[in-house]
Amino acid sequence: MALDRNQIAQRISQEVESGFYVNLGIGIPTLVANFIDPSFDVVLQSENGLLGMGPFPTKENVDADLINAGKQTISTVPGSVFFSSAESFAMIRGGHVNLTVLGAMQVDITGSIANWMIPGKMIKGMGGAMDLVAGAQKVIVAMKHTNKKGDSKLLTKCNLPLTGINCINKVVTDMGVLNIANNKFEIIEVAPGLNPEDVQKATEGGCIISSDCKEMSFN
Amino acid sequence: MGKVVKNAAEAIEGLESNMTLLLGGFGLCGIPENSIAAIKELGVKNLTCVSNNAGVDDFGLGLLLQSRQIIKMVSSYVGENALFEKQYLDGDLDIEFAPQGTLSERLRAGGAGIPAFYTPTGVGTTVAEGKEEREFDGRKYVLEKAIKGDFAFVKAWKGDTKGNLIYKKTARNFNPMVATAGKITVAEVEHLVEPGELNPDEIHTPGIYVQRIFQGTNYEKRIEQLTLSEG
Repeated sequence: MALDRNQIAQRISQEVESGFYVNLGIGIPTLVANFIDPSFDVVLQSENGLLGMGPFPTKENVDADLINAGKQTISTVPGSVFFSSAESFAMIRGGHVNLTVLGAMQVDITGSIANWMIPGKMIKGMGGAMDLVAGAQKVIVAMKHTNKKGDSKLLTKCNLPLTGINCINKVVTDMGVLNIANNKFEIIEVAPGLNPEDVQKATEGGCIISSDCKEMSFN
Repeated sequence: MGKVVKNAAEAIEGLESNMTLLLGGFGLCGIPENSIAAIKELGVKNLTCVSNNAGVDDFGLGLLLQSRQIIKMVSSYVGENALFEKQYLDGDLDIEFAPQGTLSERLRAGGAGIPAFYTPTGVGTTVAEGKEEREFDGRKYVLEKAIKGDFAFVKAWKGDTKGNLIYKKTARNFNPMVATAGKITVAEVEHLVEPGELNPDEIHTPGIYVQRIFQGTNYEKRIEQLTLSEG
């Protein structure tokens, strides 16, 4: 069975270590926060200018001056700090953020990612994604394995405008977990009920099955 | 004499068509609402606006898109504005996409006397096309140029008559860099106070960057994505 959005997020939460500063993108990545071990000392960064992002606020605590990078109302946790966007991206570009998780339209075997534009069709912009993939210590992509047409989003070469090159370490999809190394995807985990061969078949880019490949666990 | 002006209309005196404007704000958070309304009222055209976002269809910079006063935007993300997308795809509007960190640093550099800087962001992407690249310690970087504006508009929570500013929470965002990079920087504040009322240790933007300041009115502070915790 393919994973749902929450399960993808739950699996990614296992990549978060205590002591990490983490930046979570919009969509599935945002959900990762719900699954981080509460005993961990993890600080969430929001690139518009906040360290120590907390959960969504209650109705009484909504503040128009307090939003996250997805423009959602949020709260802060004790020990939080606000800063300018230049300071925020100095942290990101300077390699101080341990992990970033973001969505993608395409990822390829060289670790390149495309997630900001479809020429002639979708004009949204890259926001902070180009800085995040260039600067964060570890970059994980969270996405569906295939697009709406059923085509693989894991490719030999991205054909949409790139967000960054040689920057993605790991991809977690609804079908499995894949590392990217030596110009190949390597399947290291599969969703419960799927065979590694199913994942391999659904992947357009060169893809090998790890000798240690196992079923994902959610404990 | 003095920096205090009556309102936004007075603050934008000298603003003309074809100028480059820098605007603080992230989404609709911390945007100079009063100044945008006054620019709309003034009706100047062919503006280049440097702002992380372009507002929504009927608020923020979206208001100046509605009235077709903007000819070019320099932004990192315009996804919330359908009008923007339409004007762009119709060829009525030019866009220069700049990664968010690059944009904030270009503004910071503009105000700090740095003409250009190398950044790893955007290497290998369309953002780097036509720009000088150079390798440092085995990694490639792209040369990005500073941005300066004819006018800069910021929104702060508190300010004093000397132009010293304090922002609130994430409404700070691009405002501190924008404040430094305008030939004329206009600050609108929710609370205008006398010198000495702000703690010098807590000021985010020193008044030297600010030429005109006024107390804003009728702040709407619209929320783009109201999200609440369950229960």
